[in-house]
Amino acid sequence: MPPSVARGFRRGEPAFEPGGEAMMTAAIVAREVVKKYASVTALDGFDLEVAEGTVMGLLGPNGAGKTTAVRVFATLIQPDSGHAEVAGIDVVANPRAVREVIGLSGQYAAVDELLTGYENLELIGRLYHLGKKGAKARAEELLEQFDLTEAAGRRLKEYSGGMRRRLDLAGALVRKPKVLILDEPTTGLDIRSREATWEAIGELVASGSTLLLTTQYLEEADRLAHRIAVIDHGKLIANGTADELKDQVGGHRLEVTLRDAADLDHARAVLAPIGHGEPVATQEDRRVVVPIAAAGGVLVEGVRRLDMAGIEVVDASVRRPTLDDVFLALTGHRADKAEQNGEGVKAEETKNEEPVR
Amino acid sequence: MSAVGLAVGDGVVLAKRNLTRTLRVPDLMMSSLIMPIMSTLLFAYIFGSAIQVPGVSYTEFLLVGVFVQTVVFNSVITGSGLAEDIQKGIVDRFRSLPISPYSVLIGRTISDLANNVLSIVVMVVTGLLVGWRIDSSAGEAAAGFVLLLAFAYALSWVLAVVGLSVRAPEVVTNASFMIIMPLCFIANTYVSPEGFPAVLRVIAEWNPVSAVTQAVRELFGNTNPAFPPGDAWPLQNAILASFLWIVVMLVVFVPFATSRYRKAVAR
Repeated sequence: MPPSVARGFRRGEPAFEPGGEAMMTAAIVAREVVKKYASVTALDGFDLEVAEGTVMGLLGPNGAGKTTAVRVFATLIQPDSGHAEVAGIDVVANPRAVREVIGLSGQYAAVDELLTGYENLELIGRLYHLGKKGAKARAEELLEQFDLTEAAGRRLKEYSGGMRRRLDLAGALVRKPKVLILDEPTTGLDIRSREATWEAIGELVASGSTLLLTTQYLEEADRLAHRIAVIDHGKLIANGTADELKDQVGGHRLEVTLRDAADLDHARAVLAPIGHGEPVATQEDRRVVVPIAAAGGVLVEGVRRLDMAGIEVVDASVRRPTLDDVFLALTGHRADKAEQNGEGVKAEETKNEEPVR
Repeated sequence: MSAVGLAVGDGVVLAKRNLTRTLRVPDLMMSSLIMPIMSTLLFAYIFGSAIQVPGVSYTEFLLVGVFVQTVVFNSVITGSGLAEDIQKGIVDRFRSLPISPYSVLIGRTISDLANNVLSIVVMVVTGLLVGWRIDSSAGEAAAGFVLLLAFAYALSWVLAVVGLSVRAPEVVTNASFMIIMPLCFIANTYVSPEGFPAVLRVIAEWNPVSAVTQAVRELFGNTNPAFPPGDAWPLQNAILASFLWIVVMLVVFVPFATSRYRKAVAR
């Protein structure tokens, strides 16, 4: 990720930073939430706390339990055990009251293709019981806000993927929710639409509502969220700001890309002595990442060792850890490549993780 | 707002959305407007002219069968519409809103009822053009239409169960027809069951479609001495039997569909 992009966006962040006050009210709480399906345990004692007015990025690979967690908070499913609340309301005991204060935008844009943009928003307004006039006014307001006024009379079928997503986002905002839940808001979008969606979310965030955002894109979490919770196999395995998580992993990274994937194991062995920890190889991009203590001289040393071993190097660099490294260190697999990698070996250190409060 | 008021209010909003969709999908328009016209014309001219019964009009007898068949076929939309909305995630969005938990089912069945009204109007007009007449009082005729619609409404809940159980929208239509075809044809819709083999005759006599068809024929004055209803109790007391069938279907299938809906969405 180009760091300039991230910084450019962070200017738009709310002045408010979490942790400023002594006692923060939690807008979203999950404790020991378990949800089992016939063959899978989707949530396996899941814990989460999101402070009011902050953006929490819930990060995890496909099948980690992100969507299940969202469905519990949105009262779409009931957990088998454990406790979950939104805006102080128990999701199991009082789902109706929770629905009054949340706005949900799903993984695939849940909008009606045959209705126009206006009709979609008006429908949602009517179902929030805003009344005919109220629903109409709110729909027009949101279309304006999301730059969709011109497309208001067109059916969703004719919208681009990005426009649909914006309308879906608008749908989540009809009632000006206290807590906004966005489930993978940019999955499946091209880069340009993703940028536009991020901008729209950025503006929402600036208005100060609480946001829970799930994503499998580390860049997205880094860019939008105040804090990041990492979920894997239905459990919270880390929680902190992006910087805290990166510091936790520590040091720098030596990253080399090889010409031939067959050399990966050899390269790992060759680089192990100069590393601070175990080198990790990823097959699909022929890359070896080695945690190192300090940057000085390691790059040259690493390349020389590989050269002496007869391993051809395409690219080599030393960098600060990214969220990708954090993810790799915590889960044993890459965030967005989890499916291809199959079962990642879970890193032992996750057990020692102190929950950040 | 009371719970019932909320369920109906939200249901009506959702029903409007369903109807708007119907009007915009050529396929659905076909099945609710064009098909009834075609059935009426085809049956009236092909069968009506092939089978000549001296002194009485076979077309009159036949058309009530076409009416019943059409509303029965229309009920397929209930199941497939629900399955499609669930699959596309639209129902999830609705469920994240503070609406009544019953409103999705109520909205769907209301819009299908409206759809049936539309089909019946189209068929009545077409029927009148090809010589079909109601030979009874206005009150009886109205009762006939109400009975037809009430049966269609009850049947929507049955097909809702099919849609919510099968779930894959492409499969729902096929599964529904496996129920609907025998229901429509092992009956007195087009011929008298008197000549059926023994087992089929008993099924036809106790088929709710037969009771409703006979009842509507009686209420429209479209019975035909050449096609006697038979001696079975539901056909001798067709109006009462239809009423009982409708009540039983609603009592059984409204709760059944509701529990199926809960299961289908809570995943």
